[in-house]
Amino acid sequence: MAIKIKTPLTLEIVRNLHAGERVEISGAIYTARDAAHHRMIDMLKEGGDLLFPLEGQVIYYTGPSPARPGRPIGSCGPTTSSRMDPWTVPLLAMGLRGMIGKGERNQDVINAMKKYGAVYFAATGGAGAWLSKFIHKAGVIAYSDLGPEAVYQLEVKDFPAICAIDCHGNSLYDKWRVK
Amino acid sequence: MREIEAAKISRAVSELCIQANYRLPPDVISALKKSLNKEDSSLGREIIEELLENARYARASNVPICQDTGMAVIFLEIGQDLKVVGGDLEGAVNEGVRRGYEEGYLRKSVVADPLRRKNTGDNTPAQIHSRIVRGDGLKIDLLCKGFGCENMSRAGVLNPGEGKAGIVDFVVRTVLAAGANPCPPIVLGVGLGGTVAYAAFLAAQALLRPVGQHDNRGHIASLERELLGKINDLGIGPQGLGGRVTALGVNVEVFPTHIAGLPVAVNINCHALRRAHRVL
Repeated sequence: MAIKIKTPLTLEIVRNLHAGERVEISGAIYTARDAAHHRMIDMLKEGGDLLFPLEGQVIYYTGPSPARPGRPIGSCGPTTSSRMDPWTVPLLAMGLRGMIGKGERNQDVINAMKKYGAVYFAATGGAGAWLSKFIHKAGVIAYSDLGPEAVYQLEVKDFPAICAIDCHGNSLYDKWRVK
Repeated sequence: MREIEAAKISRAVSELCIQANYRLPPDVISALKKSLNKEDSSLGREIIEELLENARYARASNVPICQDTGMAVIFLEIGQDLKVVGGDLEGAVNEGVRRGYEEGYLRKSVVADPLRRKNTGDNTPAQIHSRIVRGDGLKIDLLCKGFGCENMSRAGVLNPGEGKAGIVDFVVRTVLAAGANPCPPIVLGVGLGGTVAYAAFLAAQALLRPVGQHDNRGHIASLERELLGKINDLGIGPQGLGGRVTALGVNVEVFPTHIAGLPVAVNINCHALRRAHRVL
């Protein structure tokens, strides 16, 4: 039985999620990959404002394929999260509450998730066609020059994911990874 | 001497790009279905069911199987008595990729320079490998290589003395290091022999062979089975969330090599093996 959650996420919602639980996410989420993260962090370093207030928000690591006319989005599955690890801690410090991607995160990210209260969801990699069913609206809000790597605001309903790493430091990837 | 119009080649390549990205090959679907019986993790089985549903939905609803529609890698087998008219062969192939990625609503994921990284906007250039053979035929194999899995591929050299044990160790360590990142369950191509460059090429070419079809040399087929068993013993499972099904199949391609070396390469592909074939 999946847990239905709505964005923006409160600290209470995040603290009640545990590794292994299935969720269905509804509300607005934001996409960003390598290039967008790089630009966002550079903007922060220069003292600029972020594109959207981060507090409570969820970032989905994805670069969708083009939408056919009449459809909100093309195929839209997760990309490998570990590539975003170098830029994630400052965003968590600013209130980012959730991340959706695939694959493991490094210890710095997991420690920051514990410290600031954030959760990491895994969406099924390679199931981009099926996942696109749960995205009802999509609009580029920044970095349109990056094409598929632009920042999109997505409206999702019951987007399926699994809590892969919770804010208490429990990780589903520990099952087989010899540490 | 048979003539073939460059435009005909472009059209075929364009159709292959779309076919590969919308229709998972039957051997992969079959391997996924069979793997349900081998997976003892209930979460693992649910994930495999999602992948099968994804393949069905992609085809029925006209959405690419995965948003990473990959870099186009094209293997051409060209008869030496074939003449391309009305354009040059490489240009025709690239035009086919350009059109296929545009008309097929596929993602443009190619950057012109590895350092400067500006998107070329049309998913070209394709990476083209050609082989000239007898006759006047033209065989086109397309592999759309996504980079979640490509990023986990590795090539290296062993000493001849390291032998089979060394090869198994190299391959298994590569898969272990990759972990969840290549979207398991994976399909593995392994190249042995040649020079390092050729072993890497062979590892990619190995992915053209249907999953579950073993090499016809006993000692190579036996190596394929051993590798598959040891990889699945790692317990990485579907999406790296634990389980028995980490790989659907392992294909090994070999070539003669130098007395002093044993090059070995591992090309990891995800379960979304975007592959298509045409004979013109």
